Amino acid sequence: MLVCGALAQLGERLVCNQEVIGSIPIRSTRLLEIDTAISTSLAIDARRVARRFGSRWVLTGASLSVAPGEAVGLIGENGSGKSTLLRILCTLLRPTAGDAAVFGFDVRQSARDVRRLVGFFPPAPGMYEELTARENLEFVRRMGEQPSASPDAALEEVGLAGLADQRVRGFSSGMLRRLALARLRMLRPRLLLLDEPYNNLDTAGIALVNATIRETVSGGGSALVVVHDTASAAPVLTRWFGLRGGRVAPEELPA
Amino acid sequence: MSDSFAAEFARARAVAWKDLTTERRSKAGFNAVVSLALTILLLFGFALGPDSGAVRAAAPGALWLAALFASVLAFGRSFQVELDGGALEMLLLYPGSRRAIYVGKLLANLAFVGLLIAIVVVASMVLFQVTIPRAWPAVLGIIGLGAVGVTALGTFYAAIASRSRAREVLLPLLLFPMLVPVLLAAVQGTKALMAGDLMNEAGAWISLLAGFDLLFLLAGFLAFDAVIDA
Repeated sequence: MLVCGALAQLGERLVCNQEVIGSIPIRSTRLLEIDTAISTSLAIDARRVARRFGSRWVLTGASLSVAPGEAVGLIGENGSGKSTLLRILCTLLRPTAGDAAVFGFDVRQSARDVRRLVGFFPPAPGMYEELTARENLEFVRRMGEQPSASPDAALEEVGLAGLADQRVRGFSSGMLRRLALARLRMLRPRLLLLDEPYNNLDTAGIALVNATIRETVSGGGSALVVVHDTASAAPVLTRWFGLRGGRVAPEELPA
Repeated sequence: MSDSFAAEFARARAVAWKDLTTERRSKAGFNAVVSLALTILLLFGFALGPDSGAVRAAAPGALWLAALFASVLAFGRSFQVELDGGALEMLLLYPGSRRAIYVGKLLANLAFVGLLIAIVVVASMVLFQVTIPRAWPAVLGIIGLGAVGVTALGTFYAAIASRSRAREVLLPLLLFPMLVPVLLAAVQGTKALMAGDLMNEAGAWISLLAGFDLLFLLAGFLAFDAVIDA
């Protein structure tokens, strides 16, 4: 333990976040603090979250609690505020009112810590067309700070290994979704925030999304999944919520 | 500071690498920007007429205005790449400091604008019959400082404009007024050096330009986090 502590301090001085000496990964004290917070807090703790765009209130007081190890679904009509809630939880939007925390970290006050923990899967793939699939994931590896899988391993997992050196420009929407899934799997976030993850995916792609949710949950993480296609998500989600009138309420699990 | 300088600079380098690779492969952006700059130079040449003295005297102004107008297209593109397909959201979700994004984009834009200005300088010398001045190292210094000032402001305002729907219109509207001091110092300094710096004024313009560069770099770096946030 003493040696590990000394090595961790050395790692902090060397690169701060993650350094590898020989084959021993050194985690920064900040990441160790985050690990402690994760084990004692709710994955999502949103209280009366409200968000206004211009004069239109999209969320009027959404409250939602998700425990570690839980995967829950969020359903609602188009424009009901599902994506807005996800964007608030991953710090892309600020709530107009109310409080939200991810594993105990406030989305406003500790946005950087929240970003260390969440993995957002938006409807748009967010890839660079002129880069190859491998280069896109290499960029993710260079920008991320958590330990992550290699780009090649992630491409293998999502069935795109054979297309690693092809530019993303020629990819179909389903392939782009798989590549976005590879990015998510590389970063191994503790909280998955998935916005319509099954869109444009074939049966194997849907199984990959569900496998990613299962792996995250089994490792003590959580998932909040916005879906219209409840049948695809039902095997992996344990609770359902509906978003109506800007508020969240429990829903019966679809038959 | 939870992140070391080395880690943040590595992120900035990753952003610059990504932007330059994208530009190098798409080519359309650079070709369009260079074509616009050369067209502006040609138009200046036609507007000034056959008087070689007048053309030569106007060369520094034409050079900098052509580079400036063309650079605006480059700055707009550097964030358009992020907006296409929702990449900006992903970029903002990486846990490191968002200032690394500014530094990365600044480095990529600086390389882009530096190459653009090099082409514009050569074209200006040919079109406006300008000979290489004796104080060419100082001219290179002014060109370098001017490029840094234009790029620091351009990258910052392109980030602000990227959060607006009217970004194509907003960017030049915001940027051009702020560029006046850089443009003035760069044009006057270049003009003085090309005329042999008889009044010993080039040094003052260079100092002014360096001061503006420092100010704009610092302001852009410090304020980027706030402007890129939704």
